[in-house]
Amino acid sequence: MDNYLLTIILALPIAGVAALLVLGRGDHEGALERKTLLKWTALLFALATFAVSLALPIMFDSAGGLQFQTNVPWITAFKLGVHYHVAIDGLSLWLVLLTTLLTPVALISSWNSIHHRLREFLISMLALETGMIGVFVAMDMFVFYLFWEVMLVPMYFLIGVWGGERRIYAAIKFVIYTVVGSLVMLAGIIALYYLHGQATGNFTFDIETITKAMQARPFLSSVEQDWLFWAFALAFLIKVPLFPFHTWLPDAHVEAPTAGSVILAGVLLKMGTYGLMRFNLPIFPEASQHYAALISALAVVGIIYGALVAMVQPDLKKLVAYSSVSHLGFVVLGIFSFTDQGLQGALYQMLNHGISTGALFMIVGMIYDRRHTRLIAEFGGLANVMPVFSALFLVVTLSSIALPLMNGFVGEFLVLVGTFTSPTLPSARLFTALAATGMILSAVYMLWMYQRVIMGETRNEENLKLADLNVRERLALAPIIVLIFLMGIYPGPFLSRSDAATRAIRARVNHAQAPARANEAGEQGSRGAGEQGSSHASRTGMKK
Amino acid sequence: MLSAIILVPLAGAIILGLAGRRMGERMIGLIACSTVAVSTVLSFYMFFGRLLPLPDDARQIHELLFTWINVGSFRADAALLLDPLSGLYILFVTFVGFWIHVFATGYMRGEEGYWRFFAYLNLFMFSMLVLVLADNFLLMFVGWEGVGLCSYLLIGYYFTKDFANDAAKKAFIVNRIGDFGFALGLMLLFWKSGSIFYFNDPRGIPSAFEWAMKPGGADPATFSAIFAGGLTTIALLLFVGAIGKSAQIPLFVWLPDAMAGPTPVSALIHAATMVTAGVYMVSRASSIYVNAPTAMLIVAVVGAATALVAATIGIAQWDIKKVLAYSTVSQLGYMFLACGVGAFTAGIFHVFTHAFFKALLFLGSGSVIIGMHHEQDMRRMGGLKKYMRITCATMIAGWLAISGVPLFSGFFSKDEILYKSFTSSALHAPWPMVLWIVGAMTALLTAVYMTRLMVLTFWGSERFKEASHSDDHHSDHAHGGDHHPAPKESPLSMTVPLIVLALGAVAAGYLGVPEGLSGGAISNHIEHLLEPAIAHPAETNHALAAEDHSTEFILTGVSVVIAFIGIIGGWLWFKRRPLWQPPRLLEGKYYVDEAYDAAIIQPIKTVSTRVLWKIIDVTIIDGAVNGAANLAARVGDAMRYLQSGLARSYVVVVVVGALLLIGYFVIR
Repeated sequence: MDNYLLTIILALPIAGVAALLVLGRGDHEGALERKTLLKWTALLFALATFAVSLALPIMFDSAGGLQFQTNVPWITAFKLGVHYHVAIDGLSLWLVLLTTLLTPVALISSWNSIHHRLREFLISMLALETGMIGVFVAMDMFVFYLFWEVMLVPMYFLIGVWGGERRIYAAIKFVIYTVVGSLVMLAGIIALYYLHGQATGNFTFDIETITKAMQARPFLSSVEQDWLFWAFALAFLIKVPLFPFHTWLPDAHVEAPTAGSVILAGVLLKMGTYGLMRFNLPIFPEASQHYAALISALAVVGIIYGALVAMVQPDLKKLVAYSSVSHLGFVVLGIFSFTDQGLQGALYQMLNHGISTGALFMIVGMIYDRRHTRLIAEFGGLANVMPVFSALFLVVTLSSIALPLMNGFVGEFLVLVGTFTSPTLPSARLFTALAATGMILSAVYMLWMYQRVIMGETRNEENLKLADLNVRERLALAPIIVLIFLMGIYPGPFLSRSDAATRAIRARVNHAQAPARANEAGEQGSRGAGEQGSSHASRTGMKK
Repeated sequence: MLSAIILVPLAGAIILGLAGRRMGERMIGLIACSTVAVSTVLSFYMFFGRLLPLPDDARQIHELLFTWINVGSFRADAALLLDPLSGLYILFVTFVGFWIHVFATGYMRGEEGYWRFFAYLNLFMFSMLVLVLADNFLLMFVGWEGVGLCSYLLIGYYFTKDFANDAAKKAFIVNRIGDFGFALGLMLLFWKSGSIFYFNDPRGIPSAFEWAMKPGGADPATFSAIFAGGLTTIALLLFVGAIGKSAQIPLFVWLPDAMAGPTPVSALIHAATMVTAGVYMVSRASSIYVNAPTAMLIVAVVGAATALVAATIGIAQWDIKKVLAYSTVSQLGYMFLACGVGAFTAGIFHVFTHAFFKALLFLGSGSVIIGMHHEQDMRRMGGLKKYMRITCATMIAGWLAISGVPLFSGFFSKDEILYKSFTSSALHAPWPMVLWIVGAMTALLTAVYMTRLMVLTFWGSERFKEASHSDDHHSDHAHGGDHHPAPKESPLSMTVPLIVLALGAVAAGYLGVPEGLSGGAISNHIEHLLEPAIAHPAETNHALAAEDHSTEFILTGVSVVIAFIGIIGGWLWFKRRPLWQPPRLLEGKYYVDEAYDAAIIQPIKTVSTRVLWKIIDVTIIDGAVNGAANLAARVGDAMRYLQSGLARSYVVVVVVGALLLIGYFVIR
């Protein structure tokens, strides 16, 4: 049953790193050809990774369960029970694809932007890719944590070495925020490992085993669940980032180079929301229920707050960064609605945000390369000189404000429907109504920004001589534009592959609650486990 | 077949969008017009050839393209529905739309970005047809936002002009406020009924309307029903969407500004088709509204109030397109008044006739603007009738139609609405009387402001000559008054559509002649057609409708008198005083824009910058983070002294510590 596809996907970027090391530096004089060689090497490995990963959705079985598994003992000393266990299911499938897609795209988009320490930059990008894929495919908490931390290092360098003026402050802030979270998570992992081992006699870090054990016979008291829930949740919520843990994000984005921002927004933030769906909901369902209202409230605050602050930013990258806070609020809200629509929408919205916001950062990078400024006030009237750029920018802008037939709409709407119909969330309707104001606010800040950058007369003389997008830049944006429409018009193939996984999580969370509520609403509880409860329940209620 | 109606214009939009830049104007015009022509022909075929032959109560043609979203119990299909309501809409949307496309080929000649303009227009046709042909609320929402996007693109067509960009953004955002309500209404409907599909269909999909119409399920006529989360709440949330799209109080502010777009856009989107989407939606959801009496009352009151307020503003504008814009807002108010009193068919009938005469009036104004070399201010027009005979003659048809002169189309539809308001049994006294009075006053004002527009434009002294003379004295770039180019009639590509629409403006009304008026001699086709597709208010008192038609005749007499008073009074007044200064309050549009800016927009900006960003983000949260970091650094600094490397001090610490421990255990 072992399948080495995922291992190959994990190893390919590392092989690229090795190749780059062999090729040597490109910093010496007359090393232009050498630099090109390095870039092509990195790009080829990234593209090869993407090509191989395309096999995943094709061979994926929508019926669910872990697939493409490899599970071999790794550290057996002291009966530690660490396994190299990698696999994907409906939760991680598309996130892996997102990672393998965005890495080459980010490389292409910053083809000419990096001038010093090029080789180290490329190595960081490829190492980062392995780290991110590893987080999504790890099915062993030890391996998960390893990748989670490993990935920090290249990101730290990306910001700290190739970043802007305040890059050191931003890089350290990023690392400290994240490390505070992940240290707590480490404690949580160890505690969970210990408590599980003590209760079952099976000392293992295996996520699936522990999840199933929790499901069969909960071995955690509710107090233990609460503590462990927060140990994991804190790490993930900082990563998301959920208000009020978000202040590292604008700084990190503003200082990071384009490729760093694309990956940071496109993939890294998703690790937080992915973690919530992988760990918190299935393993600590009661605690998840218990704190859903609090976290949802913070998510709603984040949606509105992020949008309002984004609106008044003078710097393009900060604007996009704050808009991420707003968008990710939708994802968290969907997750804690514990409905099929909410969870599916959240997962879809993770992909959408990766694609649309990744593209927005690329677009900002493209004009930054030309003008070396990101201040909105410096631009205006770019449509006169860069028509193709303006058209593509408009598509991405509209995707970001969730226009129907574009990707963002499907995710955002599903999240809102899921939250609205959530049978568990108190004041679900109020939360949804408040979150839906994000629909209006996103139009305000995005269109206003677009108007100030693209429309009007070209008043600043420096903008008059700007060149439109070249072939390379168009190629970098092309797959994203295609996906924006494809995912908006025909989401079926995407949603169907994650359906079983989200359904299982929803059933798990709602089932955990059923015994507690069995007395008051026995019929509805059992209904809730089978079919999606809310609408049916209310309909039957109404007919009576 | 149905799908071809929407897909052909989409194909046109894609071709023009991708390759139009390298095409000539003739080619672009040909592609744009021919795709809409294909849609038009198919629409007529589907309606007359396929839908009408079906029995009265079975007129529904479903077509599934694919399942769009299907998650848990939520399902939304890309599926189309042709029934009498959507059928009537596609007929006039494609027909009027086609002639406006033709007009635009002439109007836009020589404009930069000709291809872009027609790509947007074709995209608009696609979106509007999706909106109308959708068989569920979410797909309707796709078209709903799609037309909003096209409106945004077309208003901002002259993208180097800041006022056009501001108007475009304003239109999109105000529409989004409406869409916010629509979306919530849709979710509430799904939550309560488990479906967002209008009707049952062969695919085994449950119907939301069936749920809404279930016996005994009607909401009580109380104000608490608004917040009860039932039918009334759903109806009102959906109506918020309609308020945004159809420019009703308080969200009407975007439509007048939308006139920044080229005139064919104003005709197609902001008068004939898109803005009536709200009326379509309310009529489509009539099953929900008739069981939500409080919502009905609010719809009627908002409609009537908008009709009156917009008409008073319209009387005080100088820009010819602004007059027509406020006139559109006002007429849309009439349509909602009709829906609110339960006369959905009358509302749709008015949408239908309005599409012809208002498109005509806008295109006529476009012809005038082109003839006047891009002059829109009526103060600098006058006496144009001898220069632009066809434009003038066709616009007279539109003028008489909108004013409600007997035998023109607007007469029949407006009369029907006023009559139905007066005799409405869906509302309690004194509402029918109040609504009728407001409607009648609006009718008077309509006749007055339209007469003013015609008089100022086509009659009186030729003020454009004086204007250019007086300009010469002040202007540095003086060009002699004699050389001022005289207004000239527009080319055939523009006048032919005017003639076609003028015929429509005269004749469209005969499809829906109220039976009371003709004594049943002329069948009311529109009402018969729409009957099965529209729900009726539960309390409709058939005894009242069947009574002798004396009330109807009296009311009709009153409307006719009102129309003539308005026209004659306006004629006498404005012929003498064309430049009469209207009240400032009306000219300033009641300063609604200024109020919104001061009360909403500026406070949000200020709070976001000063409080949320600078205080909460930077000072409090980051302050705490940086403070924690500094604290850690200081603690570290302080602790550093403990590691002094001096063996003696370590010994002291060890000894003191040991003593303390021993002391603790001894004392315990």
